Amino acid sequence: MAERSFKAEVEHLKLGEGETFTGEGILAITKALLESGVGYVGGYQGAPISHLMDVLADAEELMTDLGIRFEANANEAAAGAMLAASVHYPIRGAVTFKGAVGVNVASDSLANLASSGVTGGAMIIVGEDYGEGSSIMQERTHAFAMKSQFWLLDPRPNLPSIVKAVSDGFELSEASNSPVMLMVRIRACHVTGSFACRDNQRPKLTASEALSDPRSDFSRVVLPPMSYAHEQDKVNNRWPAAEKFVRERKLNEFFGPGDAPLGIVVQGGMYNGVIRALQRLGLADIYGETDVPLYVLNVTYPLISDEFLEFCAGKEHVLVVEEGQPEFIESQLGSFLYRAQSSVKLHGKDLFPMAGEYTGAVMLDAIEGFVRQSAPAMLPAAVRAPNVEKPETPDLSKTVPIRPPGFCTGCPERPIFAAMKLVEKELGKHQIAGDIGCHLFASLPPFEIGGATMGYGLGPAANGAFDGGGEKRPVAIIGDGGFWHSGLSSSFTNMAFNKSDGVAIVVDNFYSAATGGQDIMSSRADNATKLTKHPISKAIKGVGIDWVREVDRTYDVGRMRDTIREALTTPAKGPKVIVASSECMLNRQRREKPLRQKAIKDGRRVETPRFGVDEEICTGDHACMRLSGCPSLSLKKLDDPLRDDPVASIDQSCVGCGNCGEVADAAILCPSFYRADVISNPGKFEQWWAGKRAAVIGWLIRRRATRRLAFGAAS
Amino acid sequence: MTVQEALTARETDPRLEGIIKLAILAVGGQGGGVLTGWIEALARANGYAAQATSVAGVAQRTGATVYYIEMAPAGDRPPIFSLMPAAGDVDVMIAAELMEAGRAIMRGFVTPDRTVLIASSHRALAVSEKTAPGDGIASSSEVVAAAEVAARHFIVDDFDALAVRNGSAISATLFGALAASGTLPFPRDAFEAAIRAGGKGVDASLRAFAAGFGAALDETEETTTDTPDGQRNVTGPEPLMRAWSGLTERARQLPASTAEMAEAGLAKVVQFQDLAYGTEYLDRLDDIAAVDQGDGTLTREAAKYLANAMAYDDIIRVADAKTRTGRRERIASEMQAGEAQVMHVTEFLHPRAEEIVSMFPAKMGARWAADAQRMARLDRWFNRGRRMRTDRLFSFLALYVVGGMKGWRRRTYRHAQELAHIESWTGRAKTEAERDYDLAVEIVRCQRLVKGYSDTHARSQSKFSRVLDGIDLVTGRDDAADWARRLRESALADEDGKTLDGVLATIRSFV
Repeated sequence: MAERSFKAEVEHLKLGEGETFTGEGILAITKALLESGVGYVGGYQGAPISHLMDVLADAEELMTDLGIRFEANANEAAAGAMLAASVHYPIRGAVTFKGAVGVNVASDSLANLASSGVTGGAMIIVGEDYGEGSSIMQERTHAFAMKSQFWLLDPRPNLPSIVKAVSDGFELSEASNSPVMLMVRIRACHVTGSFACRDNQRPKLTASEALSDPRSDFSRVVLPPMSYAHEQDKVNNRWPAAEKFVRERKLNEFFGPGDAPLGIVVQGGMYNGVIRALQRLGLADIYGETDVPLYVLNVTYPLISDEFLEFCAGKEHVLVVEEGQPEFIESQLGSFLYRAQSSVKLHGKDLFPMAGEYTGAVMLDAIEGFVRQSAPAMLPAAVRAPNVEKPETPDLSKTVPIRPPGFCTGCPERPIFAAMKLVEKELGKHQIAGDIGCHLFASLPPFEIGGATMGYGLGPAANGAFDGGGEKRPVAIIGDGGFWHSGLSSSFTNMAFNKSDGVAIVVDNFYSAATGGQDIMSSRADNATKLTKHPISKAIKGVGIDWVREVDRTYDVGRMRDTIREALTTPAKGPKVIVASSECMLNRQRREKPLRQKAIKDGRRVETPRFGVDEEICTGDHACMRLSGCPSLSLKKLDDPLRDDPVASIDQSCVGCGNCGEVADAAILCPSFYRADVISNPGKFEQWWAGKRAAVIGWLIRRRATRRLAFGAAS
Repeated sequence: MTVQEALTARETDPRLEGIIKLAILAVGGQGGGVLTGWIEALARANGYAAQATSVAGVAQRTGATVYYIEMAPAGDRPPIFSLMPAAGDVDVMIAAELMEAGRAIMRGFVTPDRTVLIASSHRALAVSEKTAPGDGIASSSEVVAAAEVAARHFIVDDFDALAVRNGSAISATLFGALAASGTLPFPRDAFEAAIRAGGKGVDASLRAFAAGFGAALDETEETTTDTPDGQRNVTGPEPLMRAWSGLTERARQLPASTAEMAEAGLAKVVQFQDLAYGTEYLDRLDDIAAVDQGDGTLTREAAKYLANAMAYDDIIRVADAKTRTGRRERIASEMQAGEAQVMHVTEFLHPRAEEIVSMFPAKMGARWAADAQRMARLDRWFNRGRRMRTDRLFSFLALYVVGGMKGWRRRTYRHAQELAHIESWTGRAKTEAERDYDLAVEIVRCQRLVKGYSDTHARSQSKFSRVLDGIDLVTGRDDAADWARRLRESALADEDGKTLDGVLATIRSFV
């Protein structure tokens, strides 16, 4: 079960001709796929397209009715490979994953696909994870499109444009026998808007129908000499066909006056940002009617020399708005101008920063600078010579703390790293490699465990150089998502085969949790269409690793600590693997909370645990914080003139996971924590007995109170 | 040239002024998405074109995250909206947490010419603020002061507490504040209609909405900080009460600057032990007052830290605190446990040999503590985590009995240790008081370093000694007090004492 359910939204995917769809970008993409007669879809989750996978999963029934096959691929490489169905068969297919990392993983299958060429339209929807909110290294998918000749669509970030790009993309793919990439940035995935629907189409040929009439053609196989022919075919036929299609169908757009000494070339996805800057400079109106000519590249690869040179005709200055680096588009356009012996002055990274997101301020500064250089008379007086003094706001950079992502309240991974930190206190610091997933937050304070991540499923593999062992063993952490993504082969068979002496901890939280709680092989959930409930330990033993320990309740910090210590100190040879399992608390709460509330309403007995702190006993040393970082465990300043430091305090978002008590015990911290279990609808006897106990305890307390002074709080 | 004529500047499209730009900065998990959804629905239902975006991804996992909405009166064509807020170009900034308001100001999203800033004054502490052994909490007042300069209009209240009180989430109270701010051209019932159309938890949301609306209008009702009037609620048997009045009377004789602190200290030590111990406290304080030739700071600080040192954290104190009047009621109210519910309370205790020995008679304790074999044996017998259900009789009794051992306390090894510490520390301060008053004050304040239980306590004591050793090095210098303060503050900066090492190294470099 994914973090967010789209069951309600999926109903909108059934809209037909003449109706209007209103909603989020990713839903629009899904609708566009259905309208394009796609035959199969798949992919691998990851921001910003996680929700696209969730929408597809929730729409599986609708798609099955239409004859569309949905595959939740094991990883991006598998997703890319699935597009092989479009090589020989005239079936349209689409897969989705995040860029640039998904493209990296998929590169093997994508390069082969691009070499073979396609018959049916093949589309990869890449969620470009760049700029604010990104969770990965800052790179561009663009490079990949160039190296393998994928045509790269980068539509303007509004729903009608994105929807059009999907259907144009399939046609472009078929017209040029090449796969295409549709790139959508983080905000475009979540942007809301409306578009006019068309009817959903059944695929002309379904995947199951294709199985009845199998096809093969060795000329499409990537083997010599055919592979040489593929390269020639790409350059001599597919590429020109693509250029022709892009030109004839006017996929790139022109805005503004035809006649001006300056112009802006812009990636489709950057269009709104450019318009906003022009609006603020008084050069465009609310509807985007602009005084500066714009050449909007809804297709950023291939670039069309003729089209570009026509745009440049009569202009003295042209600005390229291209986010990220290297500046592939600007370089290519520059070479077009040079070859045409043009005198147009090309601007781009001279005005824009080479690296980083083109925020509103960056865009405004660069475009203002461009207009100032090329046509200063166009700028309003206020911009040309600003005389408004900006007031000084106090500098808060030393005050406001950074707030990186971290483990959620009650996260089952917290106690694993608390245990790890305790072991490191005993045995010293260790070489620790991380993987991709929530567990990587452990590399941040307060845990600071793990110093590197080399990719999804590659945590233990990243310790390869240390497999030979030494005085201390290397430790690798990997999540269950990474394990099934590629970890089993890349990391665990690698450890087993090379007789690694290292330790690997598999954090099994029952989901691919960081990407939004999608089910995987080892999920404990019932899933009607996917195979679940396959323990990770079985797979590990299957590849020949015998030293496997399972901790089925990570909140048992003591046991967790002892197991890690054992793995680090046992004389046993070979890889040592700990599978630490407890359900992702975010998903668990989402599942259990409504059930619990209903049970209480129905009069059934329900225990609700929550932790608390005796503030009189807490000394404010914050040792517990350094083994927790839980959002619900915070600090509170006491109204007591004798106390300097704030004391621990647990707010009502606590889910009673147990980490506080366990850590206080295992690390021998302090006795200020208590757990209160509130029992709703207790049994008759239980209530009577609790009453008796309370009466005796109350008597004891009162007895003592009569012999002592009692100090109430200062009032 | 005709081209040039077309290129002269034109007036900015007045319709652009109709675009309302609204950003929300929140901490992942605060429900920023719900608030965004309401605002968008509100705009669309009232004849506006609207566009919302957000930055999903790992930031949603408790990190800082941003939502952005633009709206304009709907025309025949869709307006071109931006997908992200731009510095200097935001009309309404909603910050669902105070430091996020600070972050919004830092990012330039709050400017005096246009931005209405609606912020919740509550804090969701960042990890870095929580882990400092001292007080690492960022200054809220700095952010509030900056907001007053940066914003055109600043609406601030604890919208989180308001939401909790109304059984809802902060998104609802902030939506109410947005309605009250008058920044959107829609009437109040249009906002409420948007909540109803959302369909989830409507009643609680509407209640919280109304509370947020009210709080935003009533600007006088900002977060109040209670100032205690010093009246302590002390009750007990008549003879004890009489003796108590005598002691408080004596405390009040101290200079005004000290009296209030001394009364608080007195209450603490008497609660910790008994009235005789309170007398001892005042005696010790008098000794210090006698050498106080300065402005009274020394005595006031001593009143504070002497009380803390004398009311040390032993297991009798812990057991007593866990079995005292009012605790159960306090927990029940905190847990919102009603009459019809049963509550179990589990304590997490982990005594070690050190804690056992600390309860031995002083001399015997010292002997045992020095004997590794005996300590190991005690550890074997006692050293394990104990989960005690204090709602059950047996566990309660066990703690009740320990909590009642005050009569024994003065004979214990721990008490002897603590007394020795107090003697040497106050003695040191008293000696210094004549030579360097400010340094004496700083020495007294070093007691702040001693805290925690078991290992944490041991580490804190070692930090205390290292700081005092460091003070030894600078004693006699003009800037000794300043260095002492730096030493103490550095000891509170991190757990391992790395900052303290740095300061000590600096001192060694010049002495």
